[in-house]
Amino acid sequence: MSQKPMSVEELEKMAVIIRCDIIDMICTAAAGHPGGSLSAADVVTALYFRIMRIDPKNPGWPDRDRFILSKGHACPVWYAALAERGYFDKSHLKTLRQMGSILQGHPDMRKTPGIDMTAGSLGHGLSAGLGMALSGKLQQKDYHVFVIIGDGESQEGSIWEASMAAPNFKLDNLTAILDYNHLQNDYSVDDIMPIHPAVDKWRAFGWHVLDIDGHDMAQVVAALEEAKSHKGKPTMIVANTVKGKGVSYMENVCEWHGRAPCQEEADQALEELRR
Amino acid sequence: MTINYYHHLRPEIVSLLAADDLFAKAEQQPTRYSYAEAMLELGEKNPKVVVLDADVSKSIKTNEFADKFPDRSFNFGVAEQNMMAAAAGMATTGLIPFATTYAVFASMRALDMVRNSIHYPKLNVKIAASHSGITPGPDGVTHQGQEDLSIMRAIANSTIIAPADPATTKLAVWAAAEYDGPVYLSFTRDPVPAIFDLNYPFEIGKAVTVRDGTDATIIALRDLVVQSLIAAEHLAAQGLNVRVIDCHTLKPLDVDAVLAAASETGAIVTAENNIFFGGLGSAVAEVLVENNPIPMKRIGVRDTFAESGPYLDLLDKYGLSARHIEAAVEDVIARKQ
Repeated sequence: MSQKPMSVEELEKMAVIIRCDIIDMICTAAAGHPGGSLSAADVVTALYFRIMRIDPKNPGWPDRDRFILSKGHACPVWYAALAERGYFDKSHLKTLRQMGSILQGHPDMRKTPGIDMTAGSLGHGLSAGLGMALSGKLQQKDYHVFVIIGDGESQEGSIWEASMAAPNFKLDNLTAILDYNHLQNDYSVDDIMPIHPAVDKWRAFGWHVLDIDGHDMAQVVAALEEAKSHKGKPTMIVANTVKGKGVSYMENVCEWHGRAPCQEEADQALEELRR
Repeated sequence: MTINYYHHLRPEIVSLLAADDLFAKAEQQPTRYSYAEAMLELGEKNPKVVVLDADVSKSIKTNEFADKFPDRSFNFGVAEQNMMAAAAGMATTGLIPFATTYAVFASMRALDMVRNSIHYPKLNVKIAASHSGITPGPDGVTHQGQEDLSIMRAIANSTIIAPADPATTKLAVWAAAEYDGPVYLSFTRDPVPAIFDLNYPFEIGKAVTVRDGTDATIIALRDLVVQSLIAAEHLAAQGLNVRVIDCHTLKPLDVDAVLAAASETGAIVTAENNIFFGGLGSAVAEVLVENNPIPMKRIGVRDTFAESGPYLDLLDKYGLSARHIEAAVEDVIARKQ
C-alpha cells in the first residue's frame, strides 16, 4: 500500500539502509543483538518492501499479511524495517531499550505499531503464526503469515511441535524462514546441538522446503513469492545466512550475537556497509 | 421456626446440609463436564469462540464441541506449548480461543507461553484447566494440579476463576467469554455437588456470601465451598454462626468482601484445595495483614504432594475436609479479642 513493490536492486539498496539503522540503533542503545539482526536483514527487507500486503498507516488492518520475528532478540532489524516503511518516525530508533520507548529490548505488540506478535522467549513465534494461519483459514481470509525462526531457536522442542502441526493443518498460508547463520549465544549451533540436515528434517515433517542463499536478494524474493503461492503445504525457506552479514569484523563471530559496537566500531561498520 | 441463613443454594441442598447427607444424596458432576456443556451453548451464541484441545478432549468432553462445531475445534495432540502460543496467535485475529487441558500442563508445562505470549500482550485467550487441586484423586500426583492457582496468581494481567459447582462453572465460562483478556478457569476432575442454580449472581471479581454469619467467616473457592458449607452447618449445631463466602474469583480478589468479613465477624478461615503457598489463603492474608490483622487460619494442601486415592478420602487425609475447616474456625474464634 502507498508504495509500489521494490525491484531486486532497490531492495538491495534498502537492505543497506536497514543494516545501517541496525548498527546505529544498537550503538546508541549500547546493548542489543547485531549478529542475528544483520543475518535476517535481506529477508526482512524483501518482506516489508515487496512481498507483504500491508498498510503502514493502518497497522491493525484485518486483511494484512502478518510477520512474526520469533527470534525476537533480532528486533532491531524489525524496528528498522518498520521505521523505513513508515510505521513510525525514524527518530524512535534512537530510543531503543530506553525507559518509556516504544521500542522494547524484545518485540512488544502493545507498544510498537506494526509488531504483529510479542516475542522474546524462543520457540513461541512459529506456534503463534500457526494460530494466525488457522484463523485465516477459518475466517476465509486470504492473508499470509511469515515467521522467521532462528537455528539456535530450533533447539526448542516447541518449534518441532509447531513444525508437526502446520502441515497437518494444511497451512499453505504460513511460511517460515529459518535464519540459518550457524551461531548461537554461546558457540556454534553445529558444535552445541546441530539442527542439520535442516532441509531433510522439515521435508520429513511435511513442509514444502526451499533451500536458498539468504543474502542473494533475487533468490530471497523468488523463494518468498513461491512460498506465498504454494498450495497444500506450509513452506519452510531454509535461508543460509552469515551472522553479522555486511560488517567484516562481525561476520561469523559468535561474540557479536549480543554485543553492541562502540562508536568507533559502529563508524567502521557504517563505512563498510555504505561502500 | 428456622431462619434461612443461606443464599443462592438450591432448596434441596439446604435440606441435605441439615441432614448431613450432601455427598450421599446430592446431584453431582465433575465441573470439567459443566465446562464442556457450557461451551456447547457458547459455541451456538458466539461464532468467534473456538476450542483448542491437547488430546484430553474425551476426558473433558470438549469432543462434543468438536462434533457440533468441527470447523471451530482444533486438536493439537500432546503439545500444550504449541497449543497455548497458537491460541495467542488466534486471539490476535479476533477469535476467542478456549485452550483446554489439565491444570498441571496449562500452568506448568506451557507456562512460558502462558506468561509471555498470552498474559504479557494481554491477549483474549481463555485457559480452561481441568484436574485442578488434588481433585484428580485416582490419577495421582503427576495429574493433580495443586499449584496452578498460586502460579497463575503470580502472573501480571491474570484473572483466575475457580467455580464451586456445575451451575457456577457455566456462569464463569460465559462471563469469561464476555471479558476481554486472559482468563484462567479451574475445574475439577472429580464430581462435586450441584449446590447452586443458574440464578446465582455471578460477576467476575465479586465474591458471594452464600451463608450469613457473625462469629467468623470462611472464605473458600472451587470444591472447598461445599466443604465449608458442611463445616458451617456442623458449627451451627454447636451454636457458632459462621459466614461462608464463595470467592470464585481468586484474582482480582474481592478486597471489599474480605475487609467486610474481617470487620463484621472478626475471624477468617480460608479454604482451598491448592497448595497453601500463594493461593487464596495468601491473597486474603496479604489484605488482612496490611489492613486489619484479625485472627486467621489457612486450609490448603500443606508442603507435600498427595497420592492416588478416592477424592473425598484424599481431602480428609490431606487436611481439606469439613472437619479440618471446623477445627480451624474454632481456633480463630478462640483467638478473637
